[in-house]
Amino acid sequence: MSLVADDHETAQGRSGSGRDLRLTAVTKSYGTFTAVKSLDLVVPEGSFFALLGPSGCGKTTTLRMVAGLDVPTSGTIALGDREITYDKPYKRPVNTVFQNYALFPHLSIAENVAFGLKRRGVKDTKAKVAEMLELVELGEQGAKKPFQLSGGQQQRVALARALINNPEVLLLDEPLGALDLKLRRGMQIELKRIQTEVGLTFVHVTHDQEEAMTMADTVAVMNAGVIEQMGAPEALYDNPESTFVANFLGQSNLLAGDILGPDGDVVKVSIQGTTVSIPSDRSHADGTRGWVGIRPEKVMIAEVGGEIDAPGNRFEGGVVSDVSFVGVSTQYLVRMPWGQELMVFEQNTGRRPIFAVGTPVDLSWRPEYAFLLDASQDASAGVEDGDD
Amino acid sequence: MSPLHKLGRWIGEHLILALGILVLVYMFVPIGIVALMSFNDPASRNVYRFDGFTLDNWLNPCEPAGMCASVVRSVEIGLLATLVATILGTLAAFALVRHRFVGRGPLNTLIILPMAAPEIVLGSSMLALFVSAGFGGKLGFWTIFIAHVTFCLSFVIITVRARLSGLDDNLEQAAMDLYATENQTFWRVTFPLVFPGILGAALLSFSLSFDDFIITNLNAGQTVTFPMYVWGVAQRGIPMQVNVIGTAMFVIAVAIVLANEVSRRRQAKIAA
Amino acid sequence: MTHQPQEAVVEPDAVGLGPSGTDPTPPVRVRGRGRLTGYWLMLPGALWLGLFFLVPFYSLIAMSLYDPEGSSLTGYDMTWHVANYVDVIQAYWRPLLRSFWYAALATVACLVLGYVLAYAIVFKAGRWKNLMLILVIAPFFTSFLVRTLSWKLILADDGWIVNSLQFVGILGEEGRLLATPFAVVAGLTYNFLPFMVLPLFASLDKIDYRLIEAAGDLYASPRRAFLRVTLPLSMPGVVAGTLLTFIPAAGDYINSELLGSPNQRMIGNVIQNLFTNQGDYAAAGALSMTLMIVITIGVVLYIRRAGTEDLV
Repeated sequence: MSLVADDHETAQGRSGSGRDLRLTAVTKSYGTFTAVKSLDLVVPEGSFFALLGPSGCGKTTTLRMVAGLDVPTSGTIALGDREITYDKPYKRPVNTVFQNYALFPHLSIAENVAFGLKRRGVKDTKAKVAEMLELVELGEQGAKKPFQLSGGQQQRVALARALINNPEVLLLDEPLGALDLKLRRGMQIELKRIQTEVGLTFVHVTHDQEEAMTMADTVAVMNAGVIEQMGAPEALYDNPESTFVANFLGQSNLLAGDILGPDGDVVKVSIQGTTVSIPSDRSHADGTRGWVGIRPEKVMIAEVGGEIDAPGNRFEGGVVSDVSFVGVSTQYLVRMPWGQELMVFEQNTGRRPIFAVGTPVDLSWRPEYAFLLDASQDASAGVEDGDD
Repeated sequence: MSPLHKLGRWIGEHLILALGILVLVYMFVPIGIVALMSFNDPASRNVYRFDGFTLDNWLNPCEPAGMCASVVRSVEIGLLATLVATILGTLAAFALVRHRFVGRGPLNTLIILPMAAPEIVLGSSMLALFVSAGFGGKLGFWTIFIAHVTFCLSFVIITVRARLSGLDDNLEQAAMDLYATENQTFWRVTFPLVFPGILGAALLSFSLSFDDFIITNLNAGQTVTFPMYVWGVAQRGIPMQVNVIGTAMFVIAVAIVLANEVSRRRQAKIAA
Repeated sequence: MTHQPQEAVVEPDAVGLGPSGTDPTPPVRVRGRGRLTGYWLMLPGALWLGLFFLVPFYSLIAMSLYDPEGSSLTGYDMTWHVANYVDVIQAYWRPLLRSFWYAALATVACLVLGYVLAYAIVFKAGRWKNLMLILVIAPFFTSFLVRTLSWKLILADDGWIVNSLQFVGILGEEGRLLATPFAVVAGLTYNFLPFMVLPLFASLDKIDYRLIEAAGDLYASPRRAFLRVTLPLSMPGVVAGTLLTFIPAAGDYINSELLGSPNQRMIGNVIQNLFTNQGDYAAAGALSMTLMIVITIGVVLYIRRAGTEDLV
């Protein structure tokens, strides 16, 4: 798998064409609180871009500044060559799908959809409104009022109301947050289809990592007002550069280790006396200590002394402390001799029976999947605490 | 579950509703009596007994001297006070919800005080002002009007303020996002959404003004409003036409409110 | 390009970083084009309230300190005559106390009736909820005076209520309901009931019914669920309702005048009479102020005790 190649390049690679959305050194403070810290960002024209982060990370503030609903404390926002930092919301070719849709309750669905066209002096809106309602599969609902529609339908009206203006950038603020899981999955596919069809630039704000990864071509992970890492979803997942990204996007085992130093194109790290190697391009730590990260599904498990299909070193002396059977796979917690519990996800291939709690086991992984992170970072940063 | 237990549960389920309805009935008994008495044909000066049925009261509502004039005066004062209180109150509510300015906190307190003071005190203080300003001999239409605007103002501000602060900020932002300028946003989104609150405040103002007696009585001089007319004749025996006015007012107001409710329900039904 | 950032205002806690908090989204001031707009919008209303609500209170205080020797015909002198207060309290302490007593009785009666009604509307009325609520407000649309006069008819000496009560022996042969404290308190209760029901409705309606179900699930009997969950959660409504009932009832004189006799005179009757019939403005002013002061102190103490200072 070549996952490292285009890391960082996705966003910048295609830029240079005329209508990219460009944020330069954008900062937004409220009193002493800084919501967004000196943010630099380029969203290439026509891309599906996701801003992913936990509540309060500054992603919505960023979106609102692009929409013109907030004004940056400093920095500039530009669309192509045109600076729009201080333009009023109604002066920018940008439209928003609001979190709770913000449909006008006193207007019919058709009037809601026609709102933007009317404000720009378009006289005959009927045909375009009908066409747009058709696109979101609400052709029959034009005469109804918003409260008469279901959540999913309202969401599509909000989308149609924004899309009909043919904006250069469409902003989506947690647009699927209010829908139930099944509807959300359906809408994800739908949104992706519409984006491909109309070819607009979509900037999508969400705290749902699965949503961001399935829909976007580029994901920017935001935390505490800064972008931690940006790139294609696979690149982010496979080679996270910070503990926050490692934990917020999926799950990671982080093991404390002593960095022994580079050896060819790998870095050697000693974990509790066992030496592992990590490819240099996956090493993001300097100094003598670091966190060795490995995704649970990349960890392989075997009975003591059993064969493991991995060229790396073995970690011995583990004991299974918890087993969750989830159908396609089994999730183990394995307590290591130094007290840490590691997560291991194993496909239920049926090759051998599932280990019971208390079974002594050995663990290993292929070195090319491990990554090395800076020891100064908090190993629990970005761990989701049950919410969502 | 034993049948006895079941019965107990059934009573428990419906007892509170039954008691609640009984309280409602209690609230409507006097109104029923008023409606009934509007058809009374009093045989004697004892006007507190139903003697016989007649339509005369309804056919000649203005027979008692001065009554219809007092109704007209009350309507005039009510409309004028409502207009002024609604305009001033709506502007103030927008200021209080949408703007930050020095003195906003104290003003938020000030507006509830006129509702927290007993009417007799409010009326006394206004009379004290008029007397000390040298208007003691000129009490009448305009002093009543001023007093009514004052107590309606608080109700309007509070009603409109509640509606306005319940408004979803996102709606106005969505409008601006959809190319509506500040002015268009206000007239196409904000105002239509706040309007029901303003209308409700105006209706409330009018009925408060039309019905007020205690404050009016202190500041009316020789001017007679409808409640003052009723007060005056109550000592001597009230003409049955008073009940006609009372019933008519009630029917008109309830018809407006019910029409509103029915149209709301019909909309909800279309939705289903 | 005009660089004029909209004034964005953020309460400190709007920047909530709590577990379920969303991103900080300060409101855009849609109409906030100038810093002065707020002042202009507020000005007419504030002026009106200042001129016709605050200044009158000053006038009333001044009037209460006038020389009692003056009259509405000869005019009054400002003599800082604090003794007016002592005089009126000595002369009228009975109607003053009676007003508070009647108002308290009526408030308790309203609380019982109002709570039953509000509870029925919120939890038992189902699809008739809105209709019942409208019916609570509807009596406002007939004249207060006309409704009160109607009670005079219901409680009349040869009316069927009095006759029935005489028949079963609760009332004696000469017994009557009109011109008794009962009639006055009943009238007050009737007239101010909606002021109790509406705030009770508002606070009961906010209660998540699942809380009451949860209490039942946690082995609370219906009675305990009510006492431990429903009632405490409806306290803001109880406090607001009792205040909205008690204050106007204490100042009312229509019920005592129409349904009572001179023995049921309340403080409102006295003040009204001093103003319009006797022209004794100094005493009337002092008595008005006394009423206001006692009520204000009472309300502050009551709210302190009830512990809900964030009313309205």
